[in-house]
Amino acid sequence: MPERRVWIWTEIGADGVHPLSLELLTPASAMGTAEAVVFSPNGSGSTSVLGDNGASVVHLCEDQVFADYVVEPHVATLVELISSEQPDLILFPSTFPARDVMARLAGTLRVGVIANASAVEYDGDQLVASVGYGADFESRVTLASGPPHLVQVRRKAYTAEASGGSAEVREVPAVSASNGYRVQVVETVQETSEGINLEDASVIVSGGRGLGQPENFRLVEDLAKELNAAVGASRAIVDAGWVPYSYQVGQTGKTVKPSVYVAAGISGAIQHIAGMGNSQHVIAINSDPEAPIFELADLGVVGDALTILPKLTERVRSER
Amino acid sequence: MKIVVCAKFIPDPNLALVVDPDKKRVVRDPSQSILDPGDEFGIEAALQLAEKHGGEVVAVSMGPESADAGIRRAMAMGVERAILITDQSLEGSDALTTAEVLSSVIASEAPDIVVTATESTDAYTGMVPGAMAAMLDMPQLTFVRSIEVDGQTVTAQRDYENGYQTVRAALPVLITVTASVAEPRYPSFKGMMQAKKKPIDTRDLGAVGIDAGSAGEAGAREKVLDLSKVQIEKQTRVVEDDGTGDSVDEIVAYLKHAQAI
Repeated sequence: MPERRVWIWTEIGADGVHPLSLELLTPASAMGTAEAVVFSPNGSGSTSVLGDNGASVVHLCEDQVFADYVVEPHVATLVELISSEQPDLILFPSTFPARDVMARLAGTLRVGVIANASAVEYDGDQLVASVGYGADFESRVTLASGPPHLVQVRRKAYTAEASGGSAEVREVPAVSASNGYRVQVVETVQETSEGINLEDASVIVSGGRGLGQPENFRLVEDLAKELNAAVGASRAIVDAGWVPYSYQVGQTGKTVKPSVYVAAGISGAIQHIAGMGNSQHVIAINSDPEAPIFELADLGVVGDALTILPKLTERVRSER
Repeated sequence: MKIVVCAKFIPDPNLALVVDPDKKRVVRDPSQSILDPGDEFGIEAALQLAEKHGGEVVAVSMGPESADAGIRRAMAMGVERAILITDQSLEGSDALTTAEVLSSVIASEAPDIVVTATESTDAYTGMVPGAMAAMLDMPQLTFVRSIEVDGQTVTAQRDYENGYQTVRAALPVLITVTASVAEPRYPSFKGMMQAKKKPIDTRDLGAVGIDAGSAGEAGAREKVLDLSKVQIEKQTRVVEDDGTGDSVDEIVAYLKHAQAI
């Protein structure tokens, strides 16, 4: 039997290969021949790092149509490539664009998908992926359709491993959609957050809807400053526009593993827990004793974050 | 302008998940279920567009018969009518089947705009909207935080990893929204009374044109092998804050123990 062909969907950013794509080469190599799919005008600069991390082939298309991120050209070109190359499995990282591509691809090919996998492997011929539901439950799932199997892997489920290999580059022609490309990017605006990087922080203070008002988020920032901590947020308040998306911890935000995670006014929805459940020490402050966040807290304080946070900040200041 | 909004009736996300180990899926108790809070943002955005430009907002939902409670909530907000696809053989459907069923019904409505949440608040796959856009052959604008329509053109701002983008497309289009798109209105008493009289068109799979054998658990391409409870080793120490400052002492002591101070 020929070796299984496992593709990884590779996003290229300003700093080269997106780290979440690079991580996927580790499980891909373990399951078969790892091949990277790169659709980017700047893709050729990334082939060596992809080879070094386990890709034996890079399917490269540097067409200018991929200069702006628009989903339809990516899917049209990917559909053609899948049809001619017949991969067994395609792994997608947990990024916004990859999610868009995977969902539209699934609808185009009418194949099943597994989203948010924390692990993926083959048991004999059967694909098996682990998917968590909140802090409490985990399922093992497989796909009855395909190939290709489409699986989106959670952030930091795997670690990139440099092996010193190199990849063969195969040029791929861009496919133009029959009806043209219908979405135009008018403007792209960068929004950077100040302060300590969430993903590198050893202490994080996060706030959620329980803070009541956007202006109360400064109580979280004040405590973070005294603890020399990074500032995070739940999806609820990011979506509500209190803080930028770059603050978001959770399934569709950043995955963090700090030494200490302080959750203030965060109920602990599945979405949030997926991003911080592996923190070493969790302190939760919430007025609802039934909040799910208390299940994975080491110390849970049932009370009003608005009155506790200022007192706590004051005490930490006096302790330093 | 005709706008279709997708509405899902889900177990209240503020309550603990209940799982049926034999069926290997989440228990959906209608008395503890609500309209997905994420859908309310899309409904509000759709209502605002219809109020500004004229037109009709139609809700489409797939779920048990009890899902009409969720639909009535959408109607109390202002949605004019709804289509509920309900069929015993849909139980256990995966994301792809859900997209097939919803898009089949949406296609029959020929809307100018389809609005959905970015992802449901119970399953979180985020796969249904994009798959529907492919099936409907519509362009997709995703993670959208503001929508403007001018004639046949939609201009939207969408979130992305390092900021936001302004994107543009011609109608018809499928849009997924985040919660910053609009603050959902609270239904008025009048709205709630009117909602009771608004029409819900209930359809079974036959009416949708999908074979029962290819839907639900039988037709699902994503198969659950097993579902188990994760063992949490943590021992949570819970303290009540009574205003005396004792809880702050506890937190400071713990921060010291964890070497954060």
